[in-house]
Amino acid sequence: MLLEIKDLCAGINGKEILKGVNLQINKGEVHAIMGPNGTGKSTLASIIAGRPGYDITRGDILLNGKSLLGMPPEQRAQEGIFLGFQYPVEIPGVSMASFLRAAINETRRYRGQLPLGAVAFARQMKEKEEMVEIKAKMKNRSVNEGFSGGEKKKNEIFQLAMLEPKVAILDETDSGLDIDALRIVAGGVNKCKTEENATVVITHYQRLLEYIVPNYVHILYGGRVVKTGGRELSLELEEKGYDWIKAQVEGEE
Amino acid sequence: MTQKKNEVFNEVTSGDYKYGFVTDIETEFSPKGISEEVVRYISAKKEEPEWLLEFRLKALAKWQTMTMPNWAHLDIPPIDFNDLYYYAAPKKKKLASMDEVDPELIDTFNRLGISLNEQKKLSGVAVDAVIDSVSVKTTFSDSLAELGIVFMSFSEAVKKHPELVRRFVGQAVPSGDNFFSTLNDAVFSDGSFCYIPKGVRCPMDLSTYFRINAEGSGQFERTLIVADEGSYVSYLEGCTAPQRDENQLHAAVVEIILMKDAEVKYSTVQNWYPGNKEGRGGIFNFVTKRGLCRGDHSKLSWTQVETGSAITWKYPGCVLGGDNSVGEFYSVAVTNNYQQADTGSKMIHLGKNTKSTIISKGISAGKSQNSYRGLVRIAPRATGSRNFSQCDSLLLSDTCGAHTFPYIDTANSSSVVEHEATTSKISEEQLFYCQQRGISSETAVGLIVNGYAGAVLKKLPLEFAAEAQKLLNVSLEGSVG
Repeated sequence: MLLEIKDLCAGINGKEILKGVNLQINKGEVHAIMGPNGTGKSTLASIIAGRPGYDITRGDILLNGKSLLGMPPEQRAQEGIFLGFQYPVEIPGVSMASFLRAAINETRRYRGQLPLGAVAFARQMKEKEEMVEIKAKMKNRSVNEGFSGGEKKKNEIFQLAMLEPKVAILDETDSGLDIDALRIVAGGVNKCKTEENATVVITHYQRLLEYIVPNYVHILYGGRVVKTGGRELSLELEEKGYDWIKAQVEGEE
Repeated sequence: MTQKKNEVFNEVTSGDYKYGFVTDIETEFSPKGISEEVVRYISAKKEEPEWLLEFRLKALAKWQTMTMPNWAHLDIPPIDFNDLYYYAAPKKKKLASMDEVDPELIDTFNRLGISLNEQKKLSGVAVDAVIDSVSVKTTFSDSLAELGIVFMSFSEAVKKHPELVRRFVGQAVPSGDNFFSTLNDAVFSDGSFCYIPKGVRCPMDLSTYFRINAEGSGQFERTLIVADEGSYVSYLEGCTAPQRDENQLHAAVVEIILMKDAEVKYSTVQNWYPGNKEGRGGIFNFVTKRGLCRGDHSKLSWTQVETGSAITWKYPGCVLGGDNSVGEFYSVAVTNNYQQADTGSKMIHLGKNTKSTIISKGISAGKSQNSYRGLVRIAPRATGSRNFSQCDSLLLSDTCGAHTFPYIDTANSSSVVEHEATTSKISEEQLFYCQQRGISSETAVGLIVNGYAGAVLKKLPLEFAAEAQKLLNVSLEGSVG
């Protein structure tokens, strides 16, 4: 198993948000996490990536059997966790090239590899730009500075392609994208998929799942995974909304 | 969360000073303190002409009537001006030839990364190396002389080109200008002199490297650069000092005179010993730097990266006398621990259609205080003039301070003055974003700070920019690359 989340309970400022989340993700799989607003989808993504400020009260997160919980965020990234941000931040004056080169070389150092030289790095930038069809001439632009909403999301996918993580968690990567940008972003994600990695897509809408086809769809509600199904579950949600899930969960309680 | 972040910053802002060593060399001192006797001693040591001794004595008399300025946002402990040596020179050993430099001094400069060996010319930079009160060696003097360029120590210039020195000294910084420059007028020791003749573009960067070594001494160097009509020169200045518990005084004067169509770029990387983490020791840096754009269409750029000194008091300025002359000031000032900096620029517009730009980036960490102070004055006859000032402050701790004191004084209605200021912190979001990509918090702070200062660093000559970038990282974080 690549990523395993076991009975994860967590909150912020004393407020419990995740109340026993269980997920098992294998290599080569695409998982979608859906659910109404405020049910902890983004919290889950943040906690996996190690964003400071959350209290983990119970459970564990394992990547290839190794617990991530004691690791600082950069170490989790170096181990192979990638988070596609819902709101990527701007870092003025820092070029994408120097940013990504620092990211790649620190990760390589962590893995006991030699740093990537300037030429090899430039080649990789070019290759990946072509691969994900992002013609934004990223290299000399500052990280997300002055990027449009769509460009920021495309830039997240470009970074995904550059960093080649084991698990890519995409937090509402579709929000704020028009249909053309959505297609490009989804196409990029699909090209990054291999037999060795896994993709977790967090979304409200099943529209994205037309392009990134999931093996599993999980519904997160009230801080727990209340239903898991295949691709058809997302279609059912599209048709019926979330109310029947809510009714079902409340009926059980 | 905030506490966690402060820990990160504390960790990354605790880099050590790498140039704190002392060269064990026999030093010759003037009598302690300041008096007519000491001024005469210095002048005699340098075998100066009578007019220069007069210049010094006049300044001394004036200085004795002056009081230390207290308007800066600095907490300066009392300085006993009679408790230091105004002249300290490495004793000359008996060497085979006159031109030979004591190997110990060569070694000192090698350790600082400055090669005094012309064969090892790295990037085509000519160096005047000054230790304490004397210049030990000026490289490439001879090859530059073929182009008519005079590049030598100030003392040597007084002997070889007295007419040039006499004509220009005190033009940009008049005798008695301010407390510290007047002190310098009286006791200045060595520094560099440079004259670029008409129409000559200096083929290499010229530089002065200042090193304080002797204990209990101050450094009072004086640099004078004259760029004649249509000439160009890029000038670099670097400085370091040993790590000591006492405070040492550095009061320099730099004057630049530009004739018609001349252009001068003056870049400084100031890395005097900043004191330890508890604020003990460090250099008191009180510097007067001013350029006089005398000729029409002349252009002067000051670029400074200030990371050292316990106290910095420094306002490189441009007096834009010639019509259409241009003044620029680009600054990155970093303060950490208990450092204090009050620095900025003065742009005095006298000529018509004169233009000035001020870009100041302050970075404060630890318990430091960092102030920008700038004056933009547009005289009545300086019609059609423009100034743009941008002063940004970046705070890396919640115990430091950043302050901005802009003074604007416009005396005509056809000129435009713009001032922008921002204050920001490195956000937790930025830090987390970098970390999520596998970048350690230490490297992340380095990247963000260098990005923030990028607009200024870009103005530095290439090899100097790399140096400055490294220095920024060292001052703020020890190992960030």
